[in-house]
Amino acid sequence: MNAQRTPKKKTPKAERDHVLHLLKNMIRIRRLEEACAELYSAMKIRGFLHLYDGQEAVAVGVMEALTAEDAVVATYREHGHALIRGISAGSILAEMFGKQEGCSRGRGGSMHLFDAKTRFYGGNAIVGGGLPIAVGLALADQMQQRPRVTGCFFGEGAVAEGEFHESMNLASLWKLPVLFVCENNLYAMGTALKLSESVTDLVRKASSYDVAAASVDGMDVLAVEAAAQKAAAAVRSGKGPHFLECRTYRFRAHSMFDPELYRDKAEVEDWKKRCPIEAFSKTLKTEGLLTDKDRQKIEGEAAKEIKEAVAFAEACTWEPVEDLTRFVTSERRSE
Amino acid sequence: MSPSSPETMRRLTYRDAVREALAEAMRKDERVFLMGEDVGRYGGCFAASKRLLEEFGPERIRDTPLSESGFVGAGIGAALGGMRPIVEIMTVNFSLLAADQIMNTAATYLHMSGGQFNVPLVIRMATGGGRQLAAQHSHCLDGWYAHIPGIRVVSPATHEDARGMLWTALQDPDPVLIFEHSGLYNLEGELAADAGPVDIDRAKLCRPGRDISIISYSASLIKALEAAEILSAEGIEAEVIDLRSLRPLDEATFLSSVSRTHRALIVDEGWRSGSISAEISARIMEGVFFDLDAPVERLCSAEVPMPYAKHMEAAALPQVDNIVELIRIMVKTHG
Repeated sequence: MNAQRTPKKKTPKAERDHVLHLLKNMIRIRRLEEACAELYSAMKIRGFLHLYDGQEAVAVGVMEALTAEDAVVATYREHGHALIRGISAGSILAEMFGKQEGCSRGRGGSMHLFDAKTRFYGGNAIVGGGLPIAVGLALADQMQQRPRVTGCFFGEGAVAEGEFHESMNLASLWKLPVLFVCENNLYAMGTALKLSESVTDLVRKASSYDVAAASVDGMDVLAVEAAAQKAAAAVRSGKGPHFLECRTYRFRAHSMFDPELYRDKAEVEDWKKRCPIEAFSKTLKTEGLLTDKDRQKIEGEAAKEIKEAVAFAEACTWEPVEDLTRFVTSERRSE
Repeated sequence: MSPSSPETMRRLTYRDAVREALAEAMRKDERVFLMGEDVGRYGGCFAASKRLLEEFGPERIRDTPLSESGFVGAGIGAALGGMRPIVEIMTVNFSLLAADQIMNTAATYLHMSGGQFNVPLVIRMATGGGRQLAAQHSHCLDGWYAHIPGIRVVSPATHEDARGMLWTALQDPDPVLIFEHSGLYNLEGELAADAGPVDIDRAKLCRPGRDISIISYSASLIKALEAAEILSAEGIEAEVIDLRSLRPLDEATFLSSVSRTHRALIVDEGWRSGSISAEISARIMEGVFFDLDAPVERLCSAEVPMPYAKHMEAAALPQVDNIVELIRIMVKTHG
């Protein structure tokens, strides 16, 4: 089982395959986001677009700890989570194009990617709004005695919302199997954590609800993976919710409308030196686990995947306007 | 359906009817559970769930902290996870603390996910004034919620509906809001011993009449029926329609009534501006304008936050006397 995997116990070959798989997943996200930015400029994608560059290690590392039976609740910056959860780049891009072959039939767009097959419950654009949903999904699992985990991603901005506190309390009170993953990228849109929280230690906040909490370097995919494996295993074994703060950074603007007046360019450049992809590559090379050829192969495969996804999205079709009022209520009411 | 014989009828309160419906639903379907503030040990703020804890236990009669947004969201999540939650919110005013989850999540999930994720959630709450509970416990916002596509809104006025709407709502694949008027809980009435599920789609003609149609719902319906009785003694025969469902609106039933009586009065405990009464009035204009012998009239709550003083509160709410007086004028003036 994924949940029990500890990378250190693998054979050298398996270990190498695994780290290359992690690297590749991060690169797949980065290339997808680059394509999104281009397609936004080309006006193929509209609305709000929030890119994930810099935070890839979080989605990639945490997803390793979740099984196919588990559930994922994410935010409006969720392209990477969706991709790594197993939603194809083609259907993600088709969604952003507004096409009916998109993973939400074009009804959701960038902020509302959904997929029943992979138990991907969105794509929530109300900050903090996903946390109670995760609590409820976990409650359903607990009441039906299913040993599943609900992975709930949110930013540090959500910590200021009442729903964060209500959800921490409910999950802890009822010992629910939720893995809360806080992606602390230091800015809630343009407001720095230190300007919005009286206590900036997020682990303390979660701990105050008796939720087991830990903080991890969110730029280090192996560290994220290990912490997530440990937390998920505990959650799965009935030990109640866990909170994992991943300290990370968003390289790009909040959205495509953000002139970034609130942070120094030097700060961004400093964080870019810790790029989860390049720093990991460097480590792997030093350890002899990655060759230039490996990297080229990964890049080639990622480029091909995204190119094909763009072509797929281009070829997809528009939902007929006659269908406008579908999916407001269910088409089949049970008897 | 054959009319029930006196032997098969029994007297009970509206509260008892609600409680029976809850107990029956819990017995019939293991996925059903009740969650809300003080539903268990306290027995429900309005005693609707009194003694249910003893039969069903604390897992299924689940007391929650005062976290409306958290537990409504958890209800959504549990519904997505295969349960059939009934979430009780103490009063409609408190539901505003959960308005985000109701409007931004429950009502949108199916649509945003392109039809993938329906939310089979039932939310019950007490609504309405008349008990000197002042401006934070007395409002009638049923019609306000009826503005939102993606949810069903029902307002049971009768014992039959208090008993029968819940089960049908639980069978619905989409969120259903049930508004129980706090002034009705103590009302005694007759109910067939074998009363069971009722439809939640259609309005009901409660009293036939030739001179005017009174269109109402919830506690105002009881007042409309009383007014019709008084008017009948004066030779004015009012037809009384119970809307039952505010979303969707069964306009066929009230339009057909108005086209027969040629006059319409809407009695709505909501405020007049931007209200469900305005919607009904508009639909009458659109649908049967040329059948009207008189302008459509409305009797709504005065546009003030509910005052505490008894005489002021009484003056703020539509009353039987107001209905009687207004109808006398309508019938006389436009004879």
